Amino acid sequence: MGRKILAVDDSKTMRDMVAFTLKGAGFDVLIAEDGQHALSVLGGDMVDCIITDINMPNLDGIGLIKALRSNPAHRATPILVLTTESDQTKKSEGRNAGATGWIVKPFSPDKLLATVNKVC
Amino acid sequence: MDQQISAQQKNSVNGPSAQVADPTAGYDGERPIHSGETAQYISFTIGNEEYGVDIMAVREIKGWTNTTPLPNTPDYMVGVLNLRGVIVPVFDLRCRFNEGRTKATDKHVFIIVAVGDRTIGILVDAVSDILTVSANEILAVPSADRAIDDVFLTGLVTVKNRMVALLELEHLFDPQSVPEVDGSDVEALN
Amino acid sequence: MSEQPTGFDDLAQFKQTFFEECGELLGDLEIMLMDLQGNPENATTDDLNAIFRAVHSIKGGAGAFGFTQLVTFAHTFETLLDGMREGNVPVTLGCVEELIRATDILCDLVNAAKENANLPDNHGAEITAALVALTASGAGAGAFKNNLDANEDPKIEASDEDEITVFDVWFKPAAHLFSNGSDPIMIFNELQTLGQVEITPDVSGLPALHSLESEESFLAWALKVTTNRGQVSVEEAFEFVEDDCGLVINAATSPDFPLQIRDIAVAAPVNSVVTPPPATPLPSATAPGPQTPAAKSPSAPTATSIRVDLDRVDQLVNMVGELVITQSMLNQLTNVEEGGVQTSNPDMVKGLEQLNMHTRELQESVMAIRMQPVKSVFSRMPRLVRELAAKLSKKVTLVTSGEETEVDKTVIEQLADPLMHMIRNSLDHGIEGPAERREAGKPELATVNLSAEHRSGRILIEVSDDGLGINRERVFEKATEKGLVPTDIKLSDNEIDNLIFLPGFSTAETVSDVSGRGVGMDVVRRNINNLGGRITVNSTPGRGSRFTMSLPLTLAVLEGMVVAVGVEKFVLPLTSIIETIRPNAEHVHTLVGQGEVLSVRGDYVPVVYLSRVFAIPDAAEKAAGGLVVLVDLANGRRIGIVVDELLGQQQVVIKSLEPNSPHISGISAATILGNGMVALILDIDGLQSLPQHDMSRKKMTGENGGRGQTRASQTETGKVEQCQSVGIEKEVRRIMEDQANLGVSIPSQYGQKPEQAAAE
Repeated sequence: MGRKILAVDDSKTMRDMVAFTLKGAGFDVLIAEDGQHALSVLGGDMVDCIITDINMPNLDGIGLIKALRSNPAHRATPILVLTTESDQTKKSEGRNAGATGWIVKPFSPDKLLATVNKVC
Repeated sequence: MDQQISAQQKNSVNGPSAQVADPTAGYDGERPIHSGETAQYISFTIGNEEYGVDIMAVREIKGWTNTTPLPNTPDYMVGVLNLRGVIVPVFDLRCRFNEGRTKATDKHVFIIVAVGDRTIGILVDAVSDILTVSANEILAVPSADRAIDDVFLTGLVTVKNRMVALLELEHLFDPQSVPEVDGSDVEALN
Repeated sequence: MSEQPTGFDDLAQFKQTFFEECGELLGDLEIMLMDLQGNPENATTDDLNAIFRAVHSIKGGAGAFGFTQLVTFAHTFETLLDGMREGNVPVTLGCVEELIRATDILCDLVNAAKENANLPDNHGAEITAALVALTASGAGAGAFKNNLDANEDPKIEASDEDEITVFDVWFKPAAHLFSNGSDPIMIFNELQTLGQVEITPDVSGLPALHSLESEESFLAWALKVTTNRGQVSVEEAFEFVEDDCGLVINAATSPDFPLQIRDIAVAAPVNSVVTPPPATPLPSATAPGPQTPAAKSPSAPTATSIRVDLDRVDQLVNMVGELVITQSMLNQLTNVEEGGVQTSNPDMVKGLEQLNMHTRELQESVMAIRMQPVKSVFSRMPRLVRELAAKLSKKVTLVTSGEETEVDKTVIEQLADPLMHMIRNSLDHGIEGPAERREAGKPELATVNLSAEHRSGRILIEVSDDGLGINRERVFEKATEKGLVPTDIKLSDNEIDNLIFLPGFSTAETVSDVSGRGVGMDVVRRNINNLGGRITVNSTPGRGSRFTMSLPLTLAVLEGMVVAVGVEKFVLPLTSIIETIRPNAEHVHTLVGQGEVLSVRGDYVPVVYLSRVFAIPDAAEKAAGGLVVLVDLANGRRIGIVVDELLGQQQVVIKSLEPNSPHISGISAATILGNGMVALILDIDGLQSLPQHDMSRKKMTGENGGRGQTRASQTETGKVEQCQSVGIEKEVRRIMEDQANLGVSIPSQYGQKPEQAAAE
């Protein structure tokens, strides 16, 4: 299919698992370790979807989403945040910053793919 | 060579012939060792004698090159050479069989073989042939007929009236059996 | 033990990654909490966030693999940290100490998960209780949130999936729908996977073209969805937008079926408010609101990093090593002295020089890739100290410095055991109990210092304590009891201290279960030596001890001095070389049964003839008038190695002899010189214990690689190692005096009379 997706998480384990799942489903996957890294990885390019964790050093998920939404290139890019069940406030914080949707950790690979397919 | 008996006559598969106690009796019975398939061997000469090694073990044949001796090793250990960046020890087979050291010239060759996880080189006079031998052609090594420790040979085979002794590489240059020669009456501190 | 959620089997391959990551995170946690412990009042939000994230990440991964016990504990831990970073729970010393204990439990749980072991359910129960209590004490804490159970989206309930139902859906997104990347098309696509969908757009909300905002939504849709997947599935499709739209879903069985669009358009939507958001729904590109990366942090720009498989790095290091050798071979070709061809082509010469320089730089850069801060090893020590101190009822704090000092990864891995052993020793034997310390006027809290720094191309690691120091009487007693030194030998204080490194010293009569049985300082020294390092000790009674380890920065490459002995070439490690001398005959002495010694500025240094140790014919036979390289041994002793020639200094790539070749005492490894030949790298510490053959009886056969055919006969001049025992200089003097007094004659082959020797 050739859809391009950017996965941002400061945990290598998470990054590896998400990349593995998405690649297996035919996505081109870019990865980044935190919000700042994500912005530099994207550069001026567009992607079909972005998945990001919230708690990250340098620039956290919320900051990343806000930065993305302020950039015309990414104003309409679907963005999913990874949240934990007990983090309801973060969920709405994410939405208010401009996130399209969310995925609750821990998630199964099927759930991840289903959610991604929902938005992009 | 007069001990050769044609292979066909020896084809008794499970012949548990009695061990001959008398060491002067020559063959103790030609029991075939393996059964079934064929294998290939690279044969080479040391003086007038011909030996073979399993072709699957051979990594390459290397022309003569200078080696660096390793101190305090047995005489049959010639030294080490540089094989494209890997340090490989080379052994003088003639010397290993107690027939004197090889006076190496640039006509001599090293047969580089893989034994277990080691790569070693064997100094030989010349490579002679590639043999295809079927298991039932391999004869047992006669005991006490020669001075060689016959644990180093897996068998004998006859090729066009020549006798080729097949080498068993595992034990021939086993590091366990390559003693460090630094004087038996001195114990090293380490 | 772990119940993985379904669909996760493929992900089991990432467990290894997870455990590696946990290792790092736990190490980071240790260090961060230690820092916090030293200064709780000045904790910044960044500090607390970093600590939170570490635990959060561990929890996240643990959840994916179903390590429930770990997840549960991590969750409790994380909740407290959340409270602290939000400012609800104050950061006090007591609180930090609980966090430290919690980290220990976390570590236990991670290890249990890693080894598939079972820890009792109440493992760490007191800590858990403490964490909960601290969280509850925080402002605005409210009920302790423990809703971990729902892994699935709570909206999915069992529904009657078999009945085909027609749903009427009315969907009117808020104007700002697009601002968070939502797209109604995606929702409709999702609905189509459920069954059949009929879509009717409602364009009544569209304004005139001139007032149309391109990024706002003005449309609404009426959909008829025919599906057997139940209403919940239909609702799910709208999950992400439900707060930003008017949404009505009616099943065929509902009294409101079918929807009348007109009615709905007039009536207020049932579900949510569709009030347009504030006047500026879209953050415009010029708005200063969102933080731009450049303005984000005033701190130093962070370096991005990537992870690379260690195998690939090793391969790279090997290839660069080969490149260095090849480049060196090229150099040889134009080196007239070595038999090369003189070239007058200036471009060629310049090219080779540049190649030289670039290869060097490349090598340095590549070696730098494998360098890692010692932090990863140091971070395990605080916990060790805590546990031991508790076990021994002593009060000890660990102060570390220089954690960022970098060393090759291979060296780091070998450091952990020696360090742990030295710290154990220090706590067990060196540091006193609080009462004893008080009486001695020392602070009750003992300090162990662990530091690392670079010094002259090596890394220096020190472990020191302010305890009792080495009990010299006891050590000397033990050494003489075990026959390691003669009872009447006179040793300096420092020499006594270093007795603890002697093999056989450490068998303790009372085995302390802290230091363990039989792993003595001799093993530590041997391990350090194997790495090409050395270790020494300094001690002040009553004040403390200091162990100093010096290690090379890398194990792959060696700065060497190439020497010739007969036709052979050897490499000596440059850092061990003190100096090279050409002694006069009067400086060379012989000892009965001991071999030769060299007098150097008042000290006597044993002489080792490589030609004799390695039975090399046609090499220097006499130290007098010959070339002697004075080297430092690991145990602090020195020896003089007789060589024929110094061929020059060069950096050599270390190549192992094993597994292909047998191990040779006195040889540590090999290298390939520029001419393609193998040269052996000497193990100078191993040399001293080798017998020196009497070369006068050897014949040279003249063959290439020829060595004497006859075995060298063993002579009395063998055991040089006797000279290596402690106090050699004094011992040698004493022996020589004795010899002179006794009129003992020395074997004639050395041609010296005892009176001559004693006259020195």
